[in-house]
Order: sequence, then C-alpha cells, then structure tokens
Amino acid sequence: MKTRNNILTLGALVVFAMLLGLADRTVGNYAMRILNLSAIYIVLALSLNLVNGFTGLFSLGSAGFMAVGAYVSAILTMSPDVKDMNFFLEPLAPWLQGLTLPFGIALIAGGICAALAGLIIGLPVLRLRDDYLGIATLGFSEIIRVVITNLQSWTNGAQGLKSIPKVSTTWVVWGVALLAILFMSRLVHSSYGRQLKAVRDDEIAAEAMGVNVFRVKVVSFTLSAFIAGVGGALLGHMITTIDPKMFSFMLTFNILLIVVLGGSGSITGSVIASIAVTVLMEAMRFLDEPLNFLFLKTDGLPGLRMVVFSVLLMIVVIFRQRGLMGEREFSWEGLARAAGLMPRSKKGGLA
Amino acid sequence: MKLVTHGATMRFGGLVAVSDLKLEIDKDEIVGLIGPNGAGKTTAFNMITGVYEPTEGRVVFEGEDITGKAPHRITKAGIARTFQNIRLFSTMSVVENVMVGSTVQEKPGWFTSVFGLPGARKRAKEAREFAMDLLQETGLAEFADEQATSLPYGKQRRLEIARALASRPSLLLLDEPAAGMNPQESLELMDFIHHIRDRFKLSILLIEHHMQVVMGVCSRMYVLDYGVTIAQGTPDVIRRDPKVIEAYLGVD
Amino acid sequence: MLKIDNLSVHYGGIHALQGISLEVPEGKIVTLIGANGAGKSTTLKSIVGLVKPSAGSITWNGEPLITKGTKNIVESGIVLVPEGRRVFANLTVDENLSLGAYARNDKKAIESDRERVFTLFPRLKDRMKQKAGTLSGGEQQMLAVGRAMMTKPKVLMMDEPSLGLAPLVVKDIFTIIKEINAEGTTILLVEQNAKAALEAAHFGYVLETGRITMSGEGKKLLADDGVRKAYLGEAQ
Repeated sequence: MKTRNNILTLGALVVFAMLLGLADRTVGNYAMRILNLSAIYIVLALSLNLVNGFTGLFSLGSAGFMAVGAYVSAILTMSPDVKDMNFFLEPLAPWLQGLTLPFGIALIAGGICAALAGLIIGLPVLRLRDDYLGIATLGFSEIIRVVITNLQSWTNGAQGLKSIPKVSTTWVVWGVALLAILFMSRLVHSSYGRQLKAVRDDEIAAEAMGVNVFRVKVVSFTLSAFIAGVGGALLGHMITTIDPKMFSFMLTFNILLIVVLGGSGSITGSVIASIAVTVLMEAMRFLDEPLNFLFLKTDGLPGLRMVVFSVLLMIVVIFRQRGLMGEREFSWEGLARAAGLMPRSKKGGLA
Repeated sequence: MKLVTHGATMRFGGLVAVSDLKLEIDKDEIVGLIGPNGAGKTTAFNMITGVYEPTEGRVVFEGEDITGKAPHRITKAGIARTFQNIRLFSTMSVVENVMVGSTVQEKPGWFTSVFGLPGARKRAKEAREFAMDLLQETGLAEFADEQATSLPYGKQRRLEIARALASRPSLLLLDEPAAGMNPQESLELMDFIHHIRDRFKLSILLIEHHMQVVMGVCSRMYVLDYGVTIAQGTPDVIRRDPKVIEAYLGVD
Repeated sequence: MLKIDNLSVHYGGIHALQGISLEVPEGKIVTLIGANGAGKSTTLKSIVGLVKPSAGSITWNGEPLITKGTKNIVESGIVLVPEGRRVFANLTVDENLSLGAYARNDKKAIESDRERVFTLFPRLKDRMKQKAGTLSGGEQQMLAVGRAMMTKPKVLMMDEPSLGLAPLVVKDIFTIIKEINAEGTTILLVEQNAKAALEAAHFGYVLETGRITMSGEGKKLLADDGVRKAYLGEAQ
C-alpha cells in the first residue's frame, strides 16, 4: 500500500514537472508569472497555516517576515553596480556594497533573518492570546515596514530596491513550494506536529501532559517566520522590485484569506486555495476596468475585484465554515473513494 | 513520602480557596480527597500540578520542592493528572491523544522529527507501541483510530487515565474518575485503579463523590470543607466522623 | 404524552439507536438507564432536534417533533438540561437563573422558584453575584440544574443531574425532582445513579447498545435481578 502510494506520488510529480516544463515553453510570460506567483503563495500560506491552523495562534505578522526575507536576500544577490545605481541618496554600508552571494545562499539567509526577527518578537508576544496576539503581531509587522522605510543606508528607504536579479524562475519557485509542502507534511505528521496540535486543541491539557507549551509556540512561530522570509525572498526575485509599501497589511490579509478558504489546518487546502485565489484574482482583473457588457456599463471601478472576492469569501465561509478542506488532507485512497473506485470507509471523508 | 504539602494555601482576592493544606501521600498509597462542591479539591490539585502557585506553603515531591514550577516540569518530575471536565485533544484520534502523553519520554524536536533521524524514529515507534499497550490495558484498543471526542463519556474518562499514564508518572491525580459512570462501571473502575497502581507502581490521589468507590479504593482520605481540612483518616473513621456527616455525607 | 416510535439514529457508521420505542405519559417521571454509550443522551438530543434521526417518529400529544427545529421544540415547552456544565461563564449566578426564566412572566412564581433553588443549593446563594465561570465544577452543575428548574417547562429532560455532586446534594436533587413533578411537570430522566433514578421514577426503560431491552415500573425494575446486576453494581 505504502510503496504503491509512493509510486503514485512520484508519478504525479513527474507528470506535474512535465506539464510545468511544457507550460514554461508555451503559455507565455504573463500566464507563467501568475502560475509562479501561486507557487510563492503556497509557500506563504503554508507558513501562516503552521501558526494559525496547526498551532492555533492568531498571527498577522506575515508581511513583516516577508519584508525581512525579501530585503536581506535582495541586498545579498545584487551586484555592486546595481547597488550603486539603487543607493544614490545614501551609500550602502561598505561591507555589503561589495558582497554578492549565490541566490540559494541569499534565500536561506533571508529565511534565517526572518526567523531571528520571529524569535525576537515571539518571545514577548507569544505570552498573549487570540486577538491580543493578532494585534501585537500586526503592530510588529507595521514596525518592520517603518524601520525599513527609515534605514536609508541599509534598505534605500522609501525608494525601495530595483533591478533585483530575476532568478525566481519556474523551477526555483515550484521547487521551493514542493520543499515547503514536504517539510510541512513531515512536520505535522510527526511527533512534534502532534505537540503543535495538542497546544491548539487544549493548552492546559497539553501542558499537563508534559508539553512545554510556550516553547512549542516559539518554535512554531520561528519556523513560520523562516518560511515566510523565504517566500518574501522568492517574491522579490520574481518581480525584481521591492519597496516598503508592498509589505502592508493587505499582503497578510491575502495570505490569511487563502488559509481560511483552503481550510485552517490543511496543507492540501492551502495549496489548492493558493492556486485558485491567485488565478481568480488575475482572471477577475477585468472587473476593475471599464465594463461594457450588454446593458451593464461602468466607468472602471477600481476595487470592484476585491469586493467580488470578499463576497466569494463570505459565501465559502458561510457554507463551508471550516474552509474547502476543513482539516482533511489529500490521499490516494481518498481520491479513489471520491472517484468511486473504492468503498467509503466508515469514517468517510477524504482523509 | 511521595508527596507532602506543607501548609499550602491558595487565595483568590479575598477568597481563601484552600487553607493550610497538609497532605501526605506515601509510596503505593491510594488516598482520597473528598468534600462538598466548591470545597477546594480541584484547587488543591491545581496547586500540586503547578497550574496555580500556592500563595503560601510548599509542595514537596519525592523530597524535591516543586512549588511554583511550570506544569510541564512537574509532569516531567513524575506527577500526572486527569481533569474533572474532560480535556481531550478533540482533533486527534484516541491513540494520538495517548501519544501526546509520551512527550516527556519521547522529547521530540522539530528538526529530528521532520528529517526522521533514526533516534527520533525509534522513540516515535516506542511511543506508539507504549500507547497501544496502554490502550490494551484500559480496554480502549479497539477504538485506537476513532476521534477521541466521539467516545462515550465513560470511555473518555478512561482515555484520560491512559493518556496520563503515558507520561510514566509515579504519582497519579484523578479528578472525579467515576463521574458519569453507572454503579457497575464504577465497580470496574475500582478494580482498574487497583490494577494500574500495582501494574505501574503508582501512588494515587483521587477526588471522588462516589462513596462506594472512594471508601472501597482508598486506604486513607482527607475531607475538605470551605478550603479547610475538617477530617482525615481511614474510611471507617471518616464514615463515622460527625463533622463529615454533617458537611458532606448526610445521614442514611 | 411524549411518544417515540421505532427511532433510529446513525452517527457516521455507528448505529447509535436501533429502533427504540418509548412513552412518557403526561405528569409522570420516566427514567432511561443503561451503560455508557448505550444511546441515552442521543435519545434526549433527538427529542429536542439536536440530532437528526434516520428513521422513526417522535410525537408530542400527537404532533410530530422531528421536523420542527430545536427552537420551536423548546418554545413548545420541552427543555433539555444537557450533560456536563453548560452555564454562561461570564454572567453571574443570579443572571444565569434569570435567563432560565426568561420565557415566563409570572413574577411571583419566578421569585419563589429562585428561593427554592437557593434552598436546595445554599452554595449558589453565597455566590449569587459571582460569575458562573469562577464556580467550581460541582457548583456549575448545581447552577445548570437550578437554571432548568427556573424554566418551568411542560417536559423537563435531564441528562445526569447528579453528575459530580456531593452525596448530600444528590439526595436532595431527587427529592426536588419529585417535587417539580408533583407540580405538574413531566420528567424524562437519564441517570447513571440508577438506584436513585428508579426509586424516583414511575416508569423506567433499560437501554443497551441502542436497543431497549427491558421496561417496567421503576420499583419493578429495581427488584429485577438482571437490572440489579448490570446497573446497580450488586454482584450476585
């Protein structure tokens, strides 16, 4: 059974890679960019799902950690010439000016710096709960933005960074997304993952069973910050331009929306929702432009797209309170059952 | 002495929930803690397990002062408990609930877990096997993969005991283990408590209102009323104590 | 009369109730006893519409209840005190009791009922202004029972009212249940304390793994050898 599933999974991965390679050659830059953006959103959604869905902490800090990852990695990969061009108001610190590292190392460095930021912020705020924690992490995220705006000689302030090497290729972003999925599924199905879920289900009981609740929260929060940092780094190296305004609360909101839509506590849900939301957001871009459809005429309503999207979100939340997947995960058996190839187990569902 | 509380006192604002509590529990002993509702029994448990830090007094376990230590450290030291208002992990299966109890032995780290290092794998396997043994022992093996909260009340109580045993305690605190059980099940519970005491070499402190259970299973007991210890002794002494009859038992 | 006919309930793959039939005549106390997981709570939940039966019917004075919806069932006077301590943690003890009586407007009787709750549970009187969430587990149970007494329903269904209460209080609870009944409330009682429940009840049913295996007058069941062995904890 296990080997059969492994073969199926491997086969699916090969097919997916071939499709991806085909798409990379045929569908054109615009479509490919959206596809790759959804891979980055997978990474980001998994990061938020780790704290919100699996550990039961209400965190709204994603954008802050992404910013740290994006800036750190960008400064590490840009060539000295590009740095000269960017930092025309105040020069970059000399030791960084000449430093150019391979993308892989910069990516990890971005993640580590975000994780450090997560650790520093986590130690004080993880003593808070629920909405208090949400507000504290949100505030932290905004503070990062303000700091970046004002650290002119490190970040180039409000001007942002331009001409970041465009190295987040299709293979890179989907490779990282795959690693993130693998990491998360190993984590949540391990003994450590059981501790996370124990903390989420009942902190008092978890503590009484010998789980160091505070420490588990800090670890989860820090790991999540690492993943968010890597996601931010990928994003910077895909769109090649970053500035502090990009990392506002709206970004966190989008990720939160994906997590809730897909199902808090479901990796599968986060993956599906990341792709669906990214593609739909683009597909509905026409809503913001002037409309002339039969008797329907508008002069372009910027934001209409968001309105439609929010309505969609409400509909999903009303009819499927726990998101598309709830807490269930994809499995080959579940797929076979859904397709009617195997009898339903008495527990039912896809899990 | 397994556990001694030296005048442990718990105040909430002006209210004295437990005052000057002096419990002594010996190795292998089963001791009862009884008293009217609101007498401070659960508060006493919470002081021993670190949920509350006593306002005054000390808690000494196996000669070591554990007053004010974090609950997970106290579990590590060897005290496990169940909860009066059942606290199972609702999204987990029966066997997973028990495996969380193995945290103290398994000491899972995120890195070793994710990368499946041999040591971690071995400990995880042992934790699962031990959990299955405990389920066998508590008669829950056939429900191993069911959702924990889908079990009927009485079985949930047993599961809480199995989960507590997974941390390999030497002192087990049971908060109303017979609540929600019918007399027949309560009798089985008495046998079960004796059985786990012998099998796992435990000392047990239990809160219980079911007199047949407490009197039948405990060698000694303490009676609290309004936070004050009003009596202590063997079941026979307690049964005949006029203060206990007036405050708690009533006349037959 | 509350009448259940051939009721079946499935939970996922589990057949929790397998075609049970029972009657609760007006003005009587009927008790349902059985082991854990026999389906007692499921029966009560089906009556108030919290669980959807897969077959069978539940009628009250000839009127079907199954499609009515919980809110309408409760408003027609059938009230369930669920198992465990469901009190409003952020309201005071007194406010919890008042909420029990919110559908009534017989002010004088409400006051005397409140006094009766306080006589039964002097602890609650001591803690009248305290938030319910700060009460001990047993005190919360007293409050849940007290609040149910305040509703003065036509049919009162209680799921283990004696759970977690001290022996002295348990004795009083059954006395009070009989008093409430004497004032005209029909009572359906689920209890683990089978002896006390059968002593108080006019009629009893024994439920075993989703089936009714025995029924009869309370006193008669109490004398039955099978019942004594299985539910009263009297070996031989």
